[in-house]
Amino acid sequence: MENRPLEYDYTVAKWFMLSTIVLGIVGMLVGVILAWEMAFPAVNTIAGEGLAEYTNFSRLRPLHTDAVIFGFTLSGIFSTWYYIGQRVLKVSMAESKFLMFLGKLHFALYLLVVVAVVGSLLLGITTSKEYAEFEWPIDIAVVVVWVTWGMGIFGLIGIRREKSLYISIWYYIATFLGIAMLYLFNNMEIPTYFASGGIGAWYHSVSMYSGTNDALVQWWYGHNAVAFGFTVPIVAMIYYFLPKESGQAVYSYKLSLLAFWGLMFVYLWAGGHHLLFSTVPDWMQTMGSVFSVVLILPSWGSAINMLLTMKGEWQQVAASPLIKFMVLASTFYMFSTLEGPIQAIKSVNALAHFTDWIVGHVHDGTLGWVGFMIMAALFHMAPRIFKREIYSKSLMGTQFWIQTLGVVLYFTSMWIAGITQGMMWRAHDEFGNLAYSFIDTVAVLQPYFTIRAVGGTLYLVGMFLFAYNMYKTMTSSRRVEESELQNASPMGA
Amino acid sequence: MFHWLEKNPFFFAVAVFVVIAFAGLIEILPNFAQASRPVIGTKPYTTLELAGRHVYIKNSCNACHSQLIRPFKSETDRYGHYSLSGEYAYDRPFLWGSKRTGPDLMRVGNYRTTDWHENHMKDPAGVVPGSIMPAYRWMFKNTADIDTAYAEQLTVMKAFAVPYNAEIPMVDGSKATVTLADTVEGARASALEEAKVIAADMKDQDVKDAVAAGQVPEIVALIAYLNSLK
Repeated sequence: MENRPLEYDYTVAKWFMLSTIVLGIVGMLVGVILAWEMAFPAVNTIAGEGLAEYTNFSRLRPLHTDAVIFGFTLSGIFSTWYYIGQRVLKVSMAESKFLMFLGKLHFALYLLVVVAVVGSLLLGITTSKEYAEFEWPIDIAVVVVWVTWGMGIFGLIGIRREKSLYISIWYYIATFLGIAMLYLFNNMEIPTYFASGGIGAWYHSVSMYSGTNDALVQWWYGHNAVAFGFTVPIVAMIYYFLPKESGQAVYSYKLSLLAFWGLMFVYLWAGGHHLLFSTVPDWMQTMGSVFSVVLILPSWGSAINMLLTMKGEWQQVAASPLIKFMVLASTFYMFSTLEGPIQAIKSVNALAHFTDWIVGHVHDGTLGWVGFMIMAALFHMAPRIFKREIYSKSLMGTQFWIQTLGVVLYFTSMWIAGITQGMMWRAHDEFGNLAYSFIDTVAVLQPYFTIRAVGGTLYLVGMFLFAYNMYKTMTSSRRVEESELQNASPMGA
Repeated sequence: MFHWLEKNPFFFAVAVFVVIAFAGLIEILPNFAQASRPVIGTKPYTTLELAGRHVYIKNSCNACHSQLIRPFKSETDRYGHYSLSGEYAYDRPFLWGSKRTGPDLMRVGNYRTTDWHENHMKDPAGVVPGSIMPAYRWMFKNTADIDTAYAEQLTVMKAFAVPYNAEIPMVDGSKATVTLADTVEGARASALEEAKVIAADMKDQDVKDAVAAGQVPEIVALIAYLNSLK
């Protein structure tokens, strides 16, 4: 046999890269529209009274969350899997026709589901459960997509040359198993058309759980969809891309062990913090609260492991915008995983729950951590996939600062809005009457809603810069040799 | 052990699954029988109310309105008695929401009327100056899906023994019965009867005409649902 390096086949990684960018822009654009609608309600009818049903806040809101979670983030996860998987397992997709077929099938089915989701949500076909809005026909399709991906993962692992699984692979396996379990149990539903002998809408279903149980299962899912969608696979990415890009070895293997198994065990308990002071049993609420605080340990374990990987190499943060993205992502991860546990403390939650502070928390995690890490991953992969240097380093730097400013405006305004509203809701006057009517507590938020909309818009502008930079990288940037692709990614001025 | 697991993907996956499934087993399963019992006075939804609930879900009202009153003075002062688990026994799905951009609606039927809702859904800021809620004028035009609501009633009666056509104990010691028609035609007729009562309190001529012609606009079903929240 000829002794030459493996030729990895990035076809599927490339396709998912494109869907990451496109769905990211779509999802964030919808988010920006929503933000402006809250600041200026007239935006609800921006496309005219006739289309108001499809452009108003409540119809678009699930589309925003699902597009960024299952569009942008999931595409990013798939894209990086089809890149990292081959490289750390030391096996090429091209070696197996079957795995190649599975990968392409995976992408095609995924696109079909995306189209079905967008269409059905716009029409208001939804089960109402957050991040699980899809009706049963789409749920079945989602399961098929997921199983296809799983077969691809374990197939590739089955024919691997490197026997020991790298840290990133642990996290991808956990993503696959975690989401599979959560999604299946949360979407247990009975199609009413078949159960009633052919009456009503064929796509409608009714949840197998009712009331408090339904809430319990939903937030066990909802919280852990964040775990296995926004945390676990993103950690998989940073464990691969940061050491690669910086040329530094992961700081500590033991810390990565502790962080991984700790995260797996602790995360699932914390779902109860979404249901504090609700009608679920008190011991569950307390468990949710306590484990949320414990969760700081494994979360910070990964984050600190990544930051210490840069030990002695901090000049790279100043020199490379790509490293900047990853180091800031890791920092936002620490920030967000400290903020979450604080909000899960019962007395804090009494104030924060139902307010914009929660929205702020979600967004410093998703924009700062998930978004930055996925974009960094795509920036790192592009030169290796297209054999061209990144089109513009200065554009990357500009994008970094615009988006960082956007995130900061977003979460600071939402902190103020959330705490202000929470305090006003509970304020009583000297006679023991409520001090404010509800609308008073809404009117006061207008400036913060506006600042948030500006922050979101800045982030979206950054997304467009990102898309342009990537487009140029794919099509017209300077071609590079294999030797330039060892560690730091080649970048044009 | 960890080195061994990292070389044996099958056992690695099994170990991960056990570790993540553990919390669900301990935390969620034990509560199931306990939490699904209704409190005295909790009735299942009528066909029209359930159709209205579907309109509520279709338009993601739950994205901005909660249906969960927490046990604090500031909340019970504003919204009424704090929520009890059994009150949700017939809620599939639950609609607690996670964000209060607008006020809680758990007991909105106690303090708002058909007339108020009609005006408010047409022009929220006209009723509540400064409101940032969008208008929902298409609900006055679209027709509610009574058939699907009936299909869901049949399903939950069969699958979960929801007590339709059965005596339900009320708080004052009396008994109430929520009837469920035998056929879909019967369900449509009873929903229309209910709709007529709502429409009689409304001003919109198009809605009144539609109900008179045997149609049920979405707004009528939605108001029936909101009025039932007590």
